[in-house]
Amino acid sequence: MEAYFDNSATTQVFDSAREAVIRAMTADYGNAAARHMKGVEAERIIKEARKEIAGSLKAQDKEILFTSGGTESNNMAVIGTALANQRAGKHIITSSIEHPSVYNSMAFLEKQGFEVTYLPVDSCGHISVRDLEEAIREDTILVSVMYVNNEIGAVEPVEEISACIRRKNPAILFHADGVQAYGKYEIRPKRQGIDLLSASGHKIHGPKGVGFLYINERVKILPLLYGGGQQKGMRPGTENVPGCAGLGAAVKEIYTDHAARTEALYGLRERLIAGLEQIEGVVINGSVDRSSAPQIVSAAFKGVRSEVLLHALEAKGIYVSSGSACSSNHPGHSGTLKAIGADREILDSTLRFSFGAFNTEAEVDYALGELRELLPGLRRYRAK
Amino acid sequence: MFQSFLIKYAEIGIKGKNRYLFEDALLSHVHHALKRLDGQFTVTKESGRIYAHAGAPFDYDEVTEALTCVFGVAAVCPLKRVEDLGFEALKKQVVEYMEETYPDKTFTFKVNTRRVNKQYPGSSEQMNRDLGEVILETFPQTRVDVHHPDVLLNVEIRPKGVNLYSRVIPGPGGMPVGTNGRAMLLLSGGIDSPVAGYMIAKRGVKIEAVYFHAPPYTSERARQKVVDLAREVSRYSGPIKLHVVNFTDIQLAIYDKCPHEELTIIMRRYMMRIAEELAVKDNCQGLITGESIGQVASQTVHSLAVTNEVCSLPVFRPVIGFDKQDIVDIALKIGTYETSIEPYEDCCTIFVAKHPVTKPVLEKIRKSERNLEEQIEGMLKEAVETAEIVWC
Repeated sequence: MEAYFDNSATTQVFDSAREAVIRAMTADYGNAAARHMKGVEAERIIKEARKEIAGSLKAQDKEILFTSGGTESNNMAVIGTALANQRAGKHIITSSIEHPSVYNSMAFLEKQGFEVTYLPVDSCGHISVRDLEEAIREDTILVSVMYVNNEIGAVEPVEEISACIRRKNPAILFHADGVQAYGKYEIRPKRQGIDLLSASGHKIHGPKGVGFLYINERVKILPLLYGGGQQKGMRPGTENVPGCAGLGAAVKEIYTDHAARTEALYGLRERLIAGLEQIEGVVINGSVDRSSAPQIVSAAFKGVRSEVLLHALEAKGIYVSSGSACSSNHPGHSGTLKAIGADREILDSTLRFSFGAFNTEAEVDYALGELRELLPGLRRYRAK
Repeated sequence: MFQSFLIKYAEIGIKGKNRYLFEDALLSHVHHALKRLDGQFTVTKESGRIYAHAGAPFDYDEVTEALTCVFGVAAVCPLKRVEDLGFEALKKQVVEYMEETYPDKTFTFKVNTRRVNKQYPGSSEQMNRDLGEVILETFPQTRVDVHHPDVLLNVEIRPKGVNLYSRVIPGPGGMPVGTNGRAMLLLSGGIDSPVAGYMIAKRGVKIEAVYFHAPPYTSERARQKVVDLAREVSRYSGPIKLHVVNFTDIQLAIYDKCPHEELTIIMRRYMMRIAEELAVKDNCQGLITGESIGQVASQTVHSLAVTNEVCSLPVFRPVIGFDKQDIVDIALKIGTYETSIEPYEDCCTIFVAKHPVTKPVLEKIRKSERNLEEQIEGMLKEAVETAEIVWC
């Protein structure tokens, strides 16, 4: 049996998304900017995808900007707004558990003379709105906090954050990195007070290399790229028609029967957690109830190095990650786990299981069975 | 402007009657190094020298880079071949060569003429003086220095034309691979073993390699790292046959049955035995390791003696007396360092004891190994038989 539990790293594409990509690469391969029929057809595909996405957010079509994925969306949201609004101030607030694409954008801005406040998180990975309130200053221009944390699945208090901003200074922009939240939650940026929302195609069973940034129409933002004027000059470059087509199809499918999908993910999560709690020496990081995202379980297996367990599971066809796949090429420990106060033993032994639309209960049971079998042996052999 | 390269070799020159074997090997390696590059090179042997002539445009840096990776090459001289139109024309050709080759003319020089074509009028001595004079006249900033010139301009009068060359790009030296037998390298993911393999290959030895893989304790990426390292060494040594041995069961058996502080040394003894069996099967005459005295507990002289005891083939340890920094310097030079420092664990470190033995006693180690008596021969046999082969 194979069990792919690394859906927060990337997902298998939906058939509908794959078909849409192939169609856009074979029949409708035109350049969306071309004047002839082939171009018009390609432009129509992009328009439809944009409409699909806008519909899923109850936003306007013109508020959706296609990008190359989560990293570009986050970079643009942070750097593009900071540069466009620096006359109003040069102070930004973010959390201490952001994805590297936000974190390193902040580091870039700091070198450009911006000041960044990093809010701490509690043991469940949540920032406190009181901390935020205290951190907001005269010259604060942007608050950027992720919607769902990619390592432990903590859901940040998005609405309380935007309410707090509205109370203190409505001119401050609020960016939510929604890469792990979009497709899992019904997000309504306008109602929730989110000015910018990042999302990625390949986390929701769409293709890699495409994503979008929702930009509220009132937001002043500068582009990161300069070129031939596509997407109103905000994100030039020949449109990624196959990518947009695939993304549109994935969005359509994931937001069809959405409540049932979410319920299914929670079902898998709760099944896994219940099983893990029966195994000795397993600690779940973050909260186990439904205040956490439906697709992520972060668990420490005391006495086993996460790498070793990961490879042992891999040999059984079970794919998980240690920490976040985005940072696992680098040595060192997870930023989120450190920030929630996890000790060395937890840091060394944590694995992340993340579910997607294709996972089944049987796979969860299979993984639990294999874990029960593998752990005693792996715990016996360790450095003394 | 350069159309050809003169490839100089040093040590081959002294090999007496076998000389042609070494030259032919070098010729073939140079040919292989150039055949995948632009330039349609023909490689020829002419009166004790090897030349590579370009038949089409080529990238100068790419070609010199490729040539300076070939063991046996002492130096590479890019040369300009001009037509023999008489001595007056030669003066112009020489001036033109100097003009093109040296934009900055503040240097000292010496002219060295060789008249291979003895029919050419005048003496070499006189030609040196005359050509030197015209260079001095044309480029007044230059000076002659016959003892330590910055630029030694070689003018070779050959029957078919005149060769001009002055740039000398040092090669790696050594001897052509394949002219000195075959040996099996124990390749870990570290800094030392690729350097050891490079050094022995440089002496003309064809190398194979063996890697000990311990899933799930070592990862696919650690294995890939070793494949990458073997590929990097193969730029110099030619294709490497890499044997990937699954070592997990043996390691766990040692863990279960032997004192923990002896784990590493016992493990290394079994690695040597497996490496030797693979070596013998493939007609290798020696083993190669990256051991260096005192670097870690398993590389004290006592430990090396105990490890060495299991082998009958000679074990070559070319970095045995090197300091770590010396090894790092070579790794940087040959381009394996960047890969070696990728942070993937190898099987030597996973179960390592806090205080491993540093002065193992052979009798005691043998006694510990007797705890494995019933199973170990079968396990070693299986490890050898199931070794996977990857060509790098």
